[in-house]
Amino acid sequence: MTKKSNQSRLYVPEPPFRPGDTPDYSHISVPADHSPPRPDPLCDDHETVEHATSLIRVLRFNGEAVGDWAPSLTADQKRKGLRDMMMTRAMDDRMFNMQRQGKMSFYMKSRGEEAVSVAHSMALRKDDMTFPTYRQQGILINRGASIKEMMCQCLSNAGDRLQGKSIPVLYSFRDFGFFSVSGNLGTQMIQAVGWGMAEAYKDSDGIASAFTGEGATAEGDFHYALNFASTYRAPVILNVVNNQWAISSFQGIAAGEGETFAARGSGFGLATLRVDGNDFLAVYAATEWAAERARKGGGATLIEHFTYRKEGHSTSDDPTKYRPENEPEVWPFGDPIDRLKTHLIQSGEWDEERHVAQEEECKVEIRQIYKEAEKMGTLSSATNVNDFTMFEQVYEELPGHLQAQIEAFKEEL
Amino acid sequence: MARMNMIEAIRDAMDIKMTQDSNVLVFGEDVGYFGGVFRATAGLQEKHGLHRCFDTPISEGGIVGIAIGMAANGLRPVAEIQFADYIYPGYDQIASEAARLRYRSNGEFSAPLTIRTPVGGGIYGGTTHSQSPEALFTHIAGLKTVIPSNPYDAKGMLITAIEDNDPVLFLEPKRLYNGPFYGDPHIPSVSWAKHELGEVPEGHYKVPFESVRKINEGSDLTILAYGTMVWVAEAAAKEAGVNADILDLRSLLPLDIEAISESVKKTGRCLILHEATRTSGFGAELSAQVAEACFFSLEAPIVRVTGWDTPYPHAQEWAYFPGPKRVMNGIRKVMGDS
Repeated sequence: MTKKSNQSRLYVPEPPFRPGDTPDYSHISVPADHSPPRPDPLCDDHETVEHATSLIRVLRFNGEAVGDWAPSLTADQKRKGLRDMMMTRAMDDRMFNMQRQGKMSFYMKSRGEEAVSVAHSMALRKDDMTFPTYRQQGILINRGASIKEMMCQCLSNAGDRLQGKSIPVLYSFRDFGFFSVSGNLGTQMIQAVGWGMAEAYKDSDGIASAFTGEGATAEGDFHYALNFASTYRAPVILNVVNNQWAISSFQGIAAGEGETFAARGSGFGLATLRVDGNDFLAVYAATEWAAERARKGGGATLIEHFTYRKEGHSTSDDPTKYRPENEPEVWPFGDPIDRLKTHLIQSGEWDEERHVAQEEECKVEIRQIYKEAEKMGTLSSATNVNDFTMFEQVYEELPGHLQAQIEAFKEEL
Repeated sequence: MARMNMIEAIRDAMDIKMTQDSNVLVFGEDVGYFGGVFRATAGLQEKHGLHRCFDTPISEGGIVGIAIGMAANGLRPVAEIQFADYIYPGYDQIASEAARLRYRSNGEFSAPLTIRTPVGGGIYGGTTHSQSPEALFTHIAGLKTVIPSNPYDAKGMLITAIEDNDPVLFLEPKRLYNGPFYGDPHIPSVSWAKHELGEVPEGHYKVPFESVRKINEGSDLTILAYGTMVWVAEAAAKEAGVNADILDLRSLLPLDIEAISESVKKTGRCLILHEATRTSGFGAELSAQVAEACFFSLEAPIVRVTGWDTPYPHAQEWAYFPGPKRVMNGIRKVMGDS
């Protein structure tokens, strides 16, 4: 007899599939030609309520770009986007392998999520400050930061601009609008709101754009950010990259089962967009819309980028321990690079041969840059970072107690 | 010179900096139109405008978070946390973010912000309006923690804090806002109007952090105190009939250990006072540093007089507070008289 009662029972959400299961995501509807209409970027926030629960898409799987969100990008711009995504992936692959060879302590790939960072960056102005997590390295590649400097940071060597103070991937590139990445999740959402408020205070039309994964939306900082962004109509974009997995916890653990992450914004009176994060053109379009809204005084937008983390959380993680091995392949939204490639080929701006050649080109270029970077040291050999620099930049000026500790450290040598 | 209580001195510091530098913004819960629950920001919004002094949501993590973003973007935010007891939701933003931003970006970004917050007991505030959490902050590399004990220092130190390029936690002993407090609630309170340190220069001046103030010069023992306990020390030493070197530390991190050791080496005895709970309190750090620097000059064990290791009670306010009696017992102990 099944127990029936109207009594509460503790509910603990579980993902639909675990290792050993055959994942089947056919129940997830992939809207084919439906996209909610594109309202005026300065519309009332209520006009975006349905955008929080539907999915903005531009690219069909056959490569066609459809609907009123389709951005007007030139073929050159799209090819640049494609190349930036391919470079990001090539760099990720190289760095992952080098971590496996012990050249660095740690690495984090962004495979499957390259459109979120590259297309987003492309739709912003270069001086708009981004507050990324550790999975938006595509922003730096798109903005033309030195890949060698990025690699040197991961290797903690003599070329590391941060002089070994941070773990790999937690980059800081002020000149490229890339805020120092914190390893504490979610904290930077509210800082981005402060940055944006400062832009508005200074009568500048610069904006800030902050990122969190869906998992860290459970942190208070996320809610502070939504609250303050709404209260002060801050010129910011608040991005939730819903890649389905927070290390081993599926998005249901962050209250993702009942409602979309974009919908969190509606209660705060923010504009809300939910976008297919594997669709380069849709990410570009959503960002462009939110950036215009913020720049023109319309306030903040919460964007949920619906995507999938194709690899482990980091080099310290083995995703086959908690999800089916082939889940990334059956995830029904495809791959962002393949989808933009198909679109470019379909519109006669690209072909398979050039694609294969470019893939090889990226690999070779990354390999060469890496060789140069490695010459400056690795964590496993000699990092070539002066140990005494660990006492620097704690404060602007060295206080007495740290001076004394430098003397004490000298005695160890 | 002008006569000011501590609130007026703090307000004057903000007013001067807001006038001098359009990048200085003041915000927090109830600080805008209303002027703050302790009136520290009264009139600033009217004088400098809504954009310069404004109310925030009840969200300490949010207040510190926007202050970091603003500071990194060139502003000089002065954020008020209404009571230090409420600061904990902002702790992560202070400890992991504000204090670490310069370091982790190797100087590319920094967070020159000031967080003002009232601390300490003596006003029947109970567990949630009386705490002294300084030790939770002096443990954080990258942060400065300071605490004035009088109007003159409050103004000069707040200006120093606002101009400092690193994040500063500025603790305000709320029992001292209106006048020095000597630890006995039954004695009618005196106002700063009658105290020499209520005499405050007009205009801009700075009091450097790493510079202890000697409240009394003596040779019997050294008393290390900060905030409200500075005045309790003065009264208790007088009553005990000892001639003490009373050092008002002003800044806990960075700490003027040179001046402290110089005094302890001279007197050979050291009494440490604080209102905060005892275990792992800042007194433990002071005691360790004094022992390390002055062990061979000490004629008696270092003694700490502190609040008890309980939450701050309400009805038992004066049983909890380390008043003159407890301090005098401490003096006797360190003098070897008991």
